[in-house]
Amino acid sequence: MTVTDLVSYEDALASYDPVMGLEVHVELGTKTKMFCGCSTELGAQPNAQTCPTCLGLPGSLPVVNATGVESAVKIGLALHCEIAEWCRFARKNYFYPDMPKNFQTSQYDEPIAFDGYLDVQLEDGEVFRVEIERAHMEEDTGKSTHVGGATGRIHGASHSLLDYNRAGIPLIEIVTKPITGAGERAPEVAKAYVAELRELIRALGVSEARMEMGQMRCDVNLSLMPKGSERFGTRSETKNVNSLRSVERAARFEIQRHAAVLSSGGSIVQETRHFHEDDGSTTSGRVKEEAEDYRYFPEPDLVPVAPPRAWVEELRATLPELPRLRRNRLREEWGVPALEMQAILNAGAVDLIAATVEAGARPAAARKWWMGELARSANESGRSLDELDITPAQVARIAELVAAGELNDKLARQVIVGVLAGEGDPDTVVEKRGLKVVSDDGALGAAVDEAIAGNAAVADKIRGGKVAAVGALVGAVMKTTRGQADAARVKELILQRLGVEG
Amino acid sequence: MPGITREEVAHLARLARLELSGEELDHFAGQLDDIIGAVARVSEVADQDVPPTSHPLPLTNVMRADEVRPSLTPEQALSGAPAQEQQRFKVPQILGEE
Repeated sequence: MTVTDLVSYEDALASYDPVMGLEVHVELGTKTKMFCGCSTELGAQPNAQTCPTCLGLPGSLPVVNATGVESAVKIGLALHCEIAEWCRFARKNYFYPDMPKNFQTSQYDEPIAFDGYLDVQLEDGEVFRVEIERAHMEEDTGKSTHVGGATGRIHGASHSLLDYNRAGIPLIEIVTKPITGAGERAPEVAKAYVAELRELIRALGVSEARMEMGQMRCDVNLSLMPKGSERFGTRSETKNVNSLRSVERAARFEIQRHAAVLSSGGSIVQETRHFHEDDGSTTSGRVKEEAEDYRYFPEPDLVPVAPPRAWVEELRATLPELPRLRRNRLREEWGVPALEMQAILNAGAVDLIAATVEAGARPAAARKWWMGELARSANESGRSLDELDITPAQVARIAELVAAGELNDKLARQVIVGVLAGEGDPDTVVEKRGLKVVSDDGALGAAVDEAIAGNAAVADKIRGGKVAAVGALVGAVMKTTRGQADAARVKELILQRLGVEG
Repeated sequence: MPGITREEVAHLARLARLELSGEELDHFAGQLDDIIGAVARVSEVADQDVPPTSHPLPLTNVMRADEVRPSLTPEQALSGAPAQEQQRFKVPQILGEE
């Protein structure tokens, strides 16, 4: 591998303007594949979810999945696209064992959705409009395992093994128009776009869009043009950039690499490049085949898709509030600063907090538990917040118990630990672990008397008017009651016993 | 003037992973040129009022509900494979010539 020379990011941006094009593939969450009834469920045995159609056996015929088309229209509408009145599928011909048919069923010059936009919000609140060229329907490929080379790489492999369970799973490819004018913020825009698209896809309920599971993948096309020029430069296409952070890093790296090549008088080769997670670099892949090499032609085995206008309007009426607008609304309702809202979004906690508030918790309390104790727990166990074994309704119940004075924060944390450990719902954990706040005077009285007797000097100070010293006695009571005493009531009792006004 | 050159046939043969001798290229280029010429005559009779057709039936929106249907068993799926390993289709080295 040759070492790639880079120029500094600042120097690159001083001389050149970046132009980006982002292609995002989203695997739909349909129950079956795009053109056959094979299950899409994860975790099956290799080649247990195939049939003559997705194996490309002679005589088999594909039939389109209605939910796949509906999802594509929903995505198109949410991206403010026009929906084609009539469109066809096309065969994209290529030889590679990941598709047993030797072509991928896709759409070519008649995408189902085109000419839209997505407004994305950068971390400082600036809104940037990314224009959408098209969104089209296609199918995923099989999974290759390369054997005999170093660490599963295709280079040096002696042979490869194919599992076609994934072949035929519905994909929507969403392609932006060239993104210009982002300047030094281009990598940030790329990341924000993919993040916003992911939120949108999830809000539509058409896919979980989990990038770490390959349900959403991004290709980053990037070129530079000299400042002041209007003519786009030659682009590179960095394939399969599969996390938000990687999208930003890949764009940044390519800006620096292109600038180094161009400013030393070289020219950019149009090619695909591979992104490396470990150091954030890209390396050359195969030289890009020209579009006509795929010899697209209309798929003769599928009839055209012509979404009726009335149906399209019906779907438009079911669209949820756009995630960016919803976030801004919730931010105002919750009274949260923009930066904290960004942190909530990054933690994947927006929906969880919203659901907790809906279940009756005050926003501040819902935020406190999800972003505090629960975020810590998720972090420690290497899971995302929504994978924790606690529901928003349960968090709301804990918040309610705290608000009612039946739990204090310390006890509430123990309740959370209990719920996460599978000990039952919050009330059950309170019951089983005996975690109720003790505010009963009879039960507290003995502990208060004991604290006063054991800290005579402190008690004298308080009698003498130093009311602030009462904290030490409250602490002593909390200690003997193992944190379960109602601190406010304890303070009242102590002051009462010592004959001092609070 | 429609038609196909010998170079284009060679290019298509490469894309289709067909190894053709020089003699075969000459032979097929001539034949394909004749076929393309014959098909091109259709456009002489088709005027602006005849839309291009990709399907003989006037059908649209033939779809199926998103309901799981039984798949083949892995054994059935692999029964026609020339080679298999770990319940997967085994294929020869992919990169090598390049």
